[in-house]
Amino acid sequence: MTALQLFNEPFMQRALIAALLTGLAAPAIGTFLVQRRLALMGDGIGHVAVTGVALGLATGASPLWTAVLVAVLGAVLIEVIRERGQTNGDVALALLFYGGLAGGIFISGLGGQSAAALNRYLFGSLTTISSADVLVTMVLAIAVVGLCVGLAPQLFAVAQDQEFARVAGLRVRVYNVLVAVLAAVSVTVAMRTVGLLLVSALMVVPVATAQQLTRSFRSTIGAAMVLGTLASVGGLVAATFASYEVTVAPGPTIVLLALACYAVAWPIGIWQRHRARLREPFAPGEAVVSHEACGEHPHAHGPGCGHLAVPHDDHVDYVHDGHRHAVHGAHYDEH
Amino acid sequence: MTESAAVEVRRASVALGGRPVLRGVDLAVVPGDFVALMGANGSGKSTLVRAMVGLRPLVGGEVRLFGTPLDEYDAWSRIGYVPQRATAGSGIPASVWEVVAAGRLTRRKLLRPLSKADRAVIDDALEVVGLADRRRDAVTNLSGGQQQRVLIARALAGEPELFFLDEPTAGVDLPNQQVLADTLGRLKERGATIVLVAHELGPLAPLVDRAVVLRDGRVAYDGPALRDHEVHQPWFAEPHTHHHHHDHVPHPSTPLGTEPHLPGDRP
Repeated sequence: MTALQLFNEPFMQRALIAALLTGLAAPAIGTFLVQRRLALMGDGIGHVAVTGVALGLATGASPLWTAVLVAVLGAVLIEVIRERGQTNGDVALALLFYGGLAGGIFISGLGGQSAAALNRYLFGSLTTISSADVLVTMVLAIAVVGLCVGLAPQLFAVAQDQEFARVAGLRVRVYNVLVAVLAAVSVTVAMRTVGLLLVSALMVVPVATAQQLTRSFRSTIGAAMVLGTLASVGGLVAATFASYEVTVAPGPTIVLLALACYAVAWPIGIWQRHRARLREPFAPGEAVVSHEACGEHPHAHGPGCGHLAVPHDDHVDYVHDGHRHAVHGAHYDEH
Repeated sequence: MTESAAVEVRRASVALGGRPVLRGVDLAVVPGDFVALMGANGSGKSTLVRAMVGLRPLVGGEVRLFGTPLDEYDAWSRIGYVPQRATAGSGIPASVWEVVAAGRLTRRKLLRPLSKADRAVIDDALEVVGLADRRRDAVTNLSGGQQQRVLIARALAGEPELFFLDEPTAGVDLPNQQVLADTLGRLKERGATIVLVAHELGPLAPLVDRAVVLRDGRVAYDGPALRDHEVHQPWFAEPHTHHHHHDHVPHPSTPLGTEPHLPGDRP
């Protein structure tokens, strides 16, 4: 079967749609979680959702819906615990992690399910998605993206400065619970793509990557959604082609691709921040008090001499080995 | 009591973890007033401002904003709150413009984009604090004094009448304090009511109409503006010296030899 034929297969098209929507939705809500320093919340909800999937498998109900239900309950519970018990919120999160995972495996054992059935949800299984599942995934993902973008000003204000948001008359608790619910929904959206155990990666890694290169919230959330889509669609395609030779699961491929993007962006971000610091102008009024001439200097600074030029009041400084040279008559001053 | 007070606090008590921080504070601020809440660290001045905007629940007494009890109050667009600067940063980069635009939320409807008028007010707020040219920069790249000005611009973007500022001058260098004073001076000219918490006034001193000094959660002085050194006079640290016994019955102290003003009275 050639690649073109493969992409004409309905199961492959369903997988591509699911990957595309997951790649958009997970980083959108993930941005708000990272902003509130709750990067691991997605992971916690993912573990809780395992119990929901097992419940669905055991009772014969749709695992997608039971997962949504249990994940939303778990997310609201995490939010309530976080709000009430300020000191050991991470302990509460840990309890839910282990409780969710253990409960899921326990229930699926009781129901007589094979480990393989649960595995499809733990690590994702894009190629076994039914049309009905794709439809539900589409509706949920569009709802998540729509709310994240539509309510972005409010969600941004609440996550950025909770107390200011409250004095501005925003219902902070409602928005906090909304973020938790949206996170739970996008966990279940992503569960067939990357799997419940890796879902948090798609919520956090594209955001962390975007953050390296951006200076504003809007560009961060936009870039994270683009990166998430690239990683999940690219990961799916890469995994499909690689499957001709060896067994490659799409879920881990997507996460590894997202991490590779981060590995590329990280040094660029460090270099960018370094340059931004060099360019940072002196504060006005912070004049050089003493006249400090530098010693022997064989190099003539000028436009295009290879040293970074920084405007400084009425002249130009050249960044040279970590300090700034300014032309003064026949020699250079240290600024 | 005065019906027209912008903010009125009546016998307000606040406890943090069971420990009383404010004990029966009475204070009324009339529209157009510039009030400085002063006092030593731990005197309760920040707690008082936070109680006024509803961030600290009262264990006794009541707070009214524009005559409405705090529980029923919903005209938050009339209030501009400038918190202490520690809250400016967060996990995700945010540009100066974005933080200031968040202040406009008090006047925006859900799911509506910013109107032209909204954008003009946000630009104006950035202009007033002198940060229009830094609007695209990440807030975390600014100096402490500039971040403080961003938070003031955010409050300005809601076009409020009544400002609460919590220690706007703490950790801010003198040139930035001067910019801050100029900004607040312009607000005062526009008729804004300002309640400001400060440890020291510095360049703000000429603007202050009335000083309220707290000590141990009680109002120790309420009257004309004081100079910084007067606030830290020994008699503020120990207002009971003219008594021979220590008791916890609140009583008015008369540090300047004048009768203290009752809350609601203008000095």
